[in-house]
Amino acid sequence: MNPHLVLRVVSKLLIPLIVVFGLYVHFHGDYSPGGGFQAGVIVAAAVILYALIFGVDAAKRAVPTWFVKFLAAFGVLLYGGTGVATLVLGANFLDYDVLHPDLAHHSGQHIGIILVELGVLSTVFSVMMAIFYAFAGRAPDIPEGEW
Amino acid sequence: MDFLASLLPAHIVEHAPAIVVVVPLLMAAIAAILPNGKLGWAVALVSTVISALLAIAIVVDVQAGGVVSYAMGGWAPPAGIEFRIDSLNAVLLLLITLLGLLSVIYALPSVADEIADNRQSLFYSAFLVCFAGLLGVAITGDAFNMFVFLEISSISTYVLVGMGAARDRRALTAAYNYLILGTIGATFFVIGVGFLYMATGTLNMADMASRLPDLSSSRVVQAAFAFIIVGLGLKAAMFPLHLWLPNAYAYAPNFVTTFLATTATKVAFYTLVRFMFDVFWPEAAFVAVSFFWVFAVLGIVGMIVASIQAVFQEDARRLLAFSSVAQVGYMMLGLGIGTAAGVSAGMLHLVNHAMMKGVLFMALGAFAVRFGIRRISDLNGFARTMPFTSVAFTIGGLSLVGVPMTVGFWSKWYLGVAAFENGWWWAVAALILSSLIALAYIARMLAAIWVAEPHHDRAGAIASARAPWMMLAPMWILAIANIWFFFQPDFLISITNAAAEAAFAGEAR
Amino acid sequence: MIELLAERFNFIIVIILMMTGLYAVVATGNLVKRLVGLSLFQTSVFLLYITMGKVFGGQPPILPESAEGHGETAGYDAAAHAPETALADAGHHVEAAIYSNPLPHVLILTAIVVGVATLAVGLALVVRIRESYGTIEDEAINQADYAVDSAGKNA
Repeated sequence: MNPHLVLRVVSKLLIPLIVVFGLYVHFHGDYSPGGGFQAGVIVAAAVILYALIFGVDAAKRAVPTWFVKFLAAFGVLLYGGTGVATLVLGANFLDYDVLHPDLAHHSGQHIGIILVELGVLSTVFSVMMAIFYAFAGRAPDIPEGEW
Repeated sequence: MDFLASLLPAHIVEHAPAIVVVVPLLMAAIAAILPNGKLGWAVALVSTVISALLAIAIVVDVQAGGVVSYAMGGWAPPAGIEFRIDSLNAVLLLLITLLGLLSVIYALPSVADEIADNRQSLFYSAFLVCFAGLLGVAITGDAFNMFVFLEISSISTYVLVGMGAARDRRALTAAYNYLILGTIGATFFVIGVGFLYMATGTLNMADMASRLPDLSSSRVVQAAFAFIIVGLGLKAAMFPLHLWLPNAYAYAPNFVTTFLATTATKVAFYTLVRFMFDVFWPEAAFVAVSFFWVFAVLGIVGMIVASIQAVFQEDARRLLAFSSVAQVGYMMLGLGIGTAAGVSAGMLHLVNHAMMKGVLFMALGAFAVRFGIRRISDLNGFARTMPFTSVAFTIGGLSLVGVPMTVGFWSKWYLGVAAFENGWWWAVAALILSSLIALAYIARMLAAIWVAEPHHDRAGAIASARAPWMMLAPMWILAIANIWFFFQPDFLISITNAAAEAAFAGEAR
Repeated sequence: MIELLAERFNFIIVIILMMTGLYAVVATGNLVKRLVGLSLFQTSVFLLYITMGKVFGGQPPILPESAEGHGETAGYDAAAHAPETALADAGHHVEAAIYSNPLPHVLILTAIVVGVATLAVGLALVVRIRESYGTIEDEAINQADYAVDSAGKNA
């Protein structure tokens, strides 16, 4: 009997729920405590949990390092790109009102905030994963059996 | 300058304060995923050129109109974050962008020599983040935003300093100590900003300046002042808080030392001036006390002690790092004099010191690229091997001492005049004493270069090995600037006087 | 005295945490413990900001859909002034409600992110120091560096 059976089964049940919760926190950042940074950390925690239980190599197959590197840059560019888009549309930097003509309901503000928070989510998630891979990927001093 | 500014289309110039910070940040993200170091360098070069052009446009605007104010996100200040450029930070903008540009041109051979190939584009990415952070500190008008940009530039600085570990593993401990001390300093600064927010209810510095005079007896404001001075003093390497600087400058890659020595402490000094004169006001008792007892006294002690420590160093870059601490002491003395003349002299020394140290560290980097120089005795006989670099180094060294014919003379002169007008003859005496000590350590290095015999193992290889032209060009631009501005100091003096006036204009509110 | 302690309890905790963190940074020789002390020091700052930002009886600063007119700006202004004036001015369309101030919380979030980034860089440096020197005790590292310096050649 695999001694880690309970861990494996429970984590397979929980990891999708953690990811969904992270996305919930992200999209409700407009109306309740939450937003991009918290959501990014929660989703990263889900992947790190997977890595802790199933091994770093399995995690690297699921979320490869090249993807992490690309996603980090993409998130920053998304955030900055939203700002540049507002510049191109004629308003000040990061003035979201111009992103959508409906000023009465401030749709532009909603679109702008969702986009930048998506950028923040991507960057925070990938940076947390990159930090974890950088630390966990180093050869340990103490061999596995002697812990 | 007007011609360069007119090259840009008007609607870009209108948004220049935001673009000048955002372009390096976005280019940093692009540089991080590039595979090739040369591409990363090209991205860094393009973004520093763009930032330099935009900074020149902003400065032209400020000289014409007074204050340039930009509301981020369309939210009007004081509720929104404001980027606010007046004559005081216009000087800083020019300094950071132009020196950043010269450093990046200088960087290609230096970084190619010192950093592993697969890390070079990440290195340039970290540099661009640091550059953007320093520009953000200089340009923002919001106190907490200043903390955020200060930490952005500082964290990337820790990374940049740590990259020197490939050459010398002491870079790692130097970066770690810098991280601990720098974070403590930034946290003190944010505590001070928190107290100010508690007392005034706003984070916009101009708004704070108008609300603070009514609160001068409040303990919260006095505590805020104390925390802010200690926090920013640590970043500016004020005397007892300078311990991170010598090791960080000595063991970092040469390009990093060149860039940091010319920009990082200067930006922190600017924030000190901004808070002392603009946000807080010099007439308050608790502020007036600090001019003499904190800035002037610590400035003079720093000048003399750090110069003496520099004389005894064996490592060439560590010597110049201690010399930097001494020069920060000069700037602190200028701040401590408390008059417009003193602040103007301090700002003049800020600009001149950037030029002087730029030449010196660039020259040392050029020596290192060819021959791996560390100790002063390694420099023996370099005048024959690398004549152009040696002459540039000599000009920088003489400027550091303050010899007439170089621009360093003017900053010491104006500093002395300002001190004398205030009746502080002992400050003038300290100025002269520390210049003599500077002469001692500069003479030591110059003697090694010009007079001493080269080492035997190199004697066979003295075919003249010039530094690569990409390193020589920025070095010589700065060296010529050192001499040229001696004969034409009017431009520098006019911008520093305008800067001092802008600082004092905060009182009029 | 007891009333003072009870009223300012949060601030006393802030001071205790701050001093504990600083003492840990100064007094320990272990690099990781030093980073832990730094983290503790930064946490006390977060508590300071949250304590100062508390508005008693404050509701979440979100305007209900029924309020018309200047939507965001009115809500934002009311939230910014909530600590100072309990009732909104007559000029606003907002009902006389007390909103809690979102600004200190935003400042804390930013400061937390900065703290996380600093900790990450610090730990990465500690990992590299461990790999390079074989130890994370301050004295052993200084000994190793001093040996390098006095030997006259670089490591």
